[in-house]
Amino acid sequence: MNWAGAMPLAGLTGGLLIGLAGAIMLLGLGRIAGVSGLVARATGIAPGGTPWPIASAFIIGLPVGAWLIALVAGSVTTRFPPSMTVLVLGGLIVGFGTRMGSGCTSGHGVCGLSRLSPRSIAATASFMVAGFATVALMRVLGVSW
Amino acid sequence: MRRVMIALLAGLLFGAGLVHSGMSDPARVRAFLDLLGGAWDPTLTFVMGGAIVPMAIAWRIRRRLDAPFADTSFTLPATTGITPSLIGGSVLFGIGWGIAGLCPGPAIADLAIAPVPAAIFVTAMLGGMILHRLLPALPAKQPPLETSHV
Repeated sequence: MNWAGAMPLAGLTGGLLIGLAGAIMLLGLGRIAGVSGLVARATGIAPGGTPWPIASAFIIGLPVGAWLIALVAGSVTTRFPPSMTVLVLGGLIVGFGTRMGSGCTSGHGVCGLSRLSPRSIAATASFMVAGFATVALMRVLGVSW
Repeated sequence: MRRVMIALLAGLLFGAGLVHSGMSDPARVRAFLDLLGGAWDPTLTFVMGGAIVPMAIAWRIRRRLDAPFADTSFTLPATTGITPSLIGGSVLFGIGWGIAGLCPGPAIADLAIAPVPAAIFVTAMLGGMILHRLLPALPAKQPPLETSHV
């Protein structure tokens, strides 16, 4: 366990902001703040669903909000995988999987779990177990980063 | 226009929350998923806990509303129907998440923090989404929508 490097308080307050964002989407617009679905809609990859201007506004908000908080914080640590192969392979699988599974950490994880949706509970359990297993397997194979 | 501004505000708060909570750092997310590394990072559990509280309250408020505040109806996915594509897709997503330490929200937020690697990941992610749409055997299945009109 790495409590020294953990950020419990910032995690909690950042999480509250994420949940507030989800609550605004639900109570304001009657929609799920699911990033994979909204990104597919904003890029036109998903033919229907949330109206395009709403999906696009939400997706544009993500990096702008990130930029604003980084401006306030001064510096932000982001340690990306050092390998192009890891980035591309991870991205391809995440894109394919989130469309096939109809959601990701935000839609199924945050919005679905808090709704006690059986579909989202099953989806979240699946991607969590797969995530743990993948990282463990990469460690065993000596390809962790 | 009002609805677009509401969506933008939600996106801003979401992106700010991701960075503030450390979830925009792929290595931190991966440290949460890394049970064998000896330096397990519990931060993600706090983020999920913090995010679920306002959302759970919002779901309770939703039950008393006939319509959302700025739209005519709720358009929400079904909660039941655990299908092979739901589980298979989620397992695939988890594999990609474990490989790179990135899921869609942080990847897009990171376009403002670490533009080059984030853009590579996001481009590949969009490629994966397009691939899914193109494959005839796996149509882009939207879960059935539950719409309640006023």
